[in-house]
Amino acid sequence: MAVPAIAAQTSSQRLLASTRRFSRWLTSTRVVLSLAMLAVMFVMVVIPLYKLVEITVTWQAHDLTRVPTAVEGEFTTFHWVRMLTGIIGKIYTYTPLQHSMTIAVGSTLLALVIGGSLAWLVVRTDMPGRKLVNQLAVLPYIMPSWTLAQAWLVFFKNRTTGGTPGVFEFLVGQAPPSWLSYGPVPIIICSALHYYTFFFLFVSAALISIDSNLEEAGDLMGASRWRILRKITMPLVLPAILSGVIMTFSKVMGTFGGPNILGLPIRYYTLATMIRGSLAAGEGGDAFVLAIVLILLAITTIYINQRLVGTRRSYETIGGRGFVAQASKLGKYKRAFQIAVIIFQILVIAVPIGLLLWNTLMLIDGNYSLSNFTLQHWIGAANTHYNSGEPGVLLNPKIWQTAWNSIKLSLFTAFFTALLGIILGYAIVKGRGTRLSKLVEQLAYIPYVIPGIAFGAVYIAMFARKLGPIPPLYGTFALLVIVSVSKHLPYSSRSGVSAMMQVGHELEEAGMVAGANVWQRFSRIIFPLTKSGFMSGFLMTFITTMRELSLIILLVTPATQLLASQTMFYTENGDAQMANVVILILIAIVVAGNFIIGRFSRGGSLRKGLGM
Amino acid sequence: MSTTITIKHLSKHFGTVVALDDVSLVIEPETFVTLLGPSGCGKTTLLRCVAGLEDPDGGEIYVGNKLVFSHPQGISLPPGQRELGLVFQNYALWPHMKVDKNITFALEIQKMPKVEMQKRVKESLQEVQMEGYEDRYPREMSGGQQQRIALARMLAYRPKVFLMDEPLSNLDARLRMDMRVELKRLHHISGATTIYVTHDQVEALTMSTTIAVMKEGRLQQFDTPDKIYHFPSNLFVADFIGNPKVNLLDGVVSGKNSVDLGKFKIPINTSYATGKVVVGIRPEDITIFERPEPGAVEFSAYSVLPAGADSTIIARLGEMELTIRVMGISKIRMDEKIWLKFDPQTLNLYDKESGLLIAS
Repeated sequence: MAVPAIAAQTSSQRLLASTRRFSRWLTSTRVVLSLAMLAVMFVMVVIPLYKLVEITVTWQAHDLTRVPTAVEGEFTTFHWVRMLTGIIGKIYTYTPLQHSMTIAVGSTLLALVIGGSLAWLVVRTDMPGRKLVNQLAVLPYIMPSWTLAQAWLVFFKNRTTGGTPGVFEFLVGQAPPSWLSYGPVPIIICSALHYYTFFFLFVSAALISIDSNLEEAGDLMGASRWRILRKITMPLVLPAILSGVIMTFSKVMGTFGGPNILGLPIRYYTLATMIRGSLAAGEGGDAFVLAIVLILLAITTIYINQRLVGTRRSYETIGGRGFVAQASKLGKYKRAFQIAVIIFQILVIAVPIGLLLWNTLMLIDGNYSLSNFTLQHWIGAANTHYNSGEPGVLLNPKIWQTAWNSIKLSLFTAFFTALLGIILGYAIVKGRGTRLSKLVEQLAYIPYVIPGIAFGAVYIAMFARKLGPIPPLYGTFALLVIVSVSKHLPYSSRSGVSAMMQVGHELEEAGMVAGANVWQRFSRIIFPLTKSGFMSGFLMTFITTMRELSLIILLVTPATQLLASQTMFYTENGDAQMANVVILILIAIVVAGNFIIGRFSRGGSLRKGLGM
Repeated sequence: MSTTITIKHLSKHFGTVVALDDVSLVIEPETFVTLLGPSGCGKTTLLRCVAGLEDPDGGEIYVGNKLVFSHPQGISLPPGQRELGLVFQNYALWPHMKVDKNITFALEIQKMPKVEMQKRVKESLQEVQMEGYEDRYPREMSGGQQQRIALARMLAYRPKVFLMDEPLSNLDARLRMDMRVELKRLHHISGATTIYVTHDQVEALTMSTTIAVMKEGRLQQFDTPDKIYHFPSNLFVADFIGNPKVNLLDGVVSGKNSVDLGKFKIPINTSYATGKVVVGIRPEDITIFERPEPGAVEFSAYSVLPAGADSTIIARLGEMELTIRVMGISKIRMDEKIWLKFDPQTLNLYDKESGLLIAS
């Protein structure tokens, strides 16, 4: 059984051997894909971030008018000092920051209460009609985030800003106080009613996954109800709650629609609206300082969350194995709870849509007489008296173009997101445990910590000018696709990884042993086994892109107008009814999309698709 | 179909964990070689390195005359070019393909004519006694049936070497016995060189031509089942192989042909061992007497465990405890006095320090 020794080698042989080993590593599929993804993410994420910082610390052309000694492109702390000190710091940075925080904290708490209670009622009680409640509970999230704000305005607006009376005034005969019409209170309520879905989904998933045996075990040992809740249920649900907190908090921090609709009329600025304001004023350097502040805030939130919950669990839903949990008996309050929930859901779904619809049927906003009823905003011919002379939405070629832009953007984004998902998933899963794989995964995670509006700002910073071989992309449709795909990177990577994980590695290895090359393994083994996951991911991305506003509001131009941004422009232009028609169309599209997803993948897809 | 597999100085690390540590083996043509060891001993890694699913950090592998892996030369052929077949622990049948597609996958890649493929499907299903299952999806079959299909899938493209990674570990005891019979037959008929990974010593002993016992990435002994069982080359192998376990007793060589075990001395068949040793005695190599016998040592029966075909008796003398195995149902009662006799021919002597076999 003697095994001959391996012959000694000369140094040139050794060099040849290590060259071969290196080139084999370099040409292995996962490495090629990883490196390609690194390159893509470098351009799409790293350079823009770098540019953003760079612009805040160099003189911009715009500054020359203000500071004569400035030399364009030279280093300066001007923007930072200006934005962080003195009266300007207070107006442009600290006050908006305080407003953003107020809104974020308020919305998060309110959303927690609403989402948590709904989750408990649906998962853990014997309340009648829980199935329907469960399905309807996610609808507010599917609708565009500023739907409620728009509806709120229709109902509660008063005439402090010199407008027309709202429905409230029409019904009650007296205008609502300003704090109820505009500012933090309505913004918090509207955001919470949109984002409570996070808590609802996270907490219900956690509650479902808790084996009620655990609680029963506590019961048998004679622990009190309260003690069980505190010692067993809470620790298991806490990670879900914290995940909801971080998602909601960072989303609200970067949200644009609500604060723009409900805050601007009384000059209640948040960081998000202030960034847009500064950019519109040509103050790029200032706007980007605010964007960085926003990003740092988001990073801090996530960091704290991860310290509290641990890295992985923080954004992973706990696997949804269906234990038959013991339902809490609501007894005689059963009906009361059910009625309360029904009223709640009518208030957040049916009433806003009804208000918007009603509003679109009024020729002149605020005139509630029957003679004011019209279809002008839907199918009216162009009339210089209304809507700046634009014809009704359905006859408006501009809107058709806009709708087509939105659909095109959503399709492109969904396609590339799914494609990157496949590539990222493969590169990350096949390289599990290697540094390269970790690097790819971490880079793909970065857009998650950048609030939407800041991400848009980053892209202006990067693509407003020519950059190496890349022409200035500002104002092009391609830029909207790139920014949407980039923002979806974390979702791509997560859904790609989870889809790949489902395909056991030995299924591919069996293909390797059978002699199949990469393409054969992919097309005949991996893709067939993961396609349903990618399909629902595709549709999910379609929906989220369709109703995304914060991300693209800074990047659209008249030529690349989208439905989402169009509503905002109509609102700002005073054409509220037109805005509301467009929102209704948008809602119709996303709800239809969601219905199709449901057909495709029997529920659960939104839960998967939320980028959780 | 006579392929030698030569493994030279193979090493493999995962981070700081050493999975393979300078393993060298020559697997002779048409043999059934089992890689045996506790979990984490590197046996599966070794198999995966041969298959080409893992690249070692050092060493060389030949399949037949073909150099399939060489660290010094920087060569590593992809699995598909190594002409070997692999059966996975969890079968790895492609869940979206019916049985016939699973089987023809490799053949399609080889661009085999349709007619020939259909013939192969039929043949290989026959070989595993699964005719008529062509149209089933994997999930529509039991674990045992899936295992057979996995075998058929490998047989269909007629690899020169069969690699099997704990193929029976997911089956229940009864099925496992049946499959052992089938696998041994299959190897007997095909004559393909086979490397079989298992942690089950009974499986290794019953099926192999040769067993490679591994521990912590190192090869401990590479020998026939007979040698492995009767002449384990070190204490680890002695202790790992055999059920009930071997008796390992500390002793001192007290003179020519005698080991002092403390309470008593036993005769041995060696003249050159000196100092501290460990004596290994298989439970079935101890003879029990129910009354005093010249040369036998008095013990007491601490526990008696009859199991039908044989019985295990735990005997005690002070601190010393011995396991004895006798055929049939033992009549000995617990706490009875018994007298044990040791056969110098069957004893193995190990060096206390190194644990290596000194004399047998």
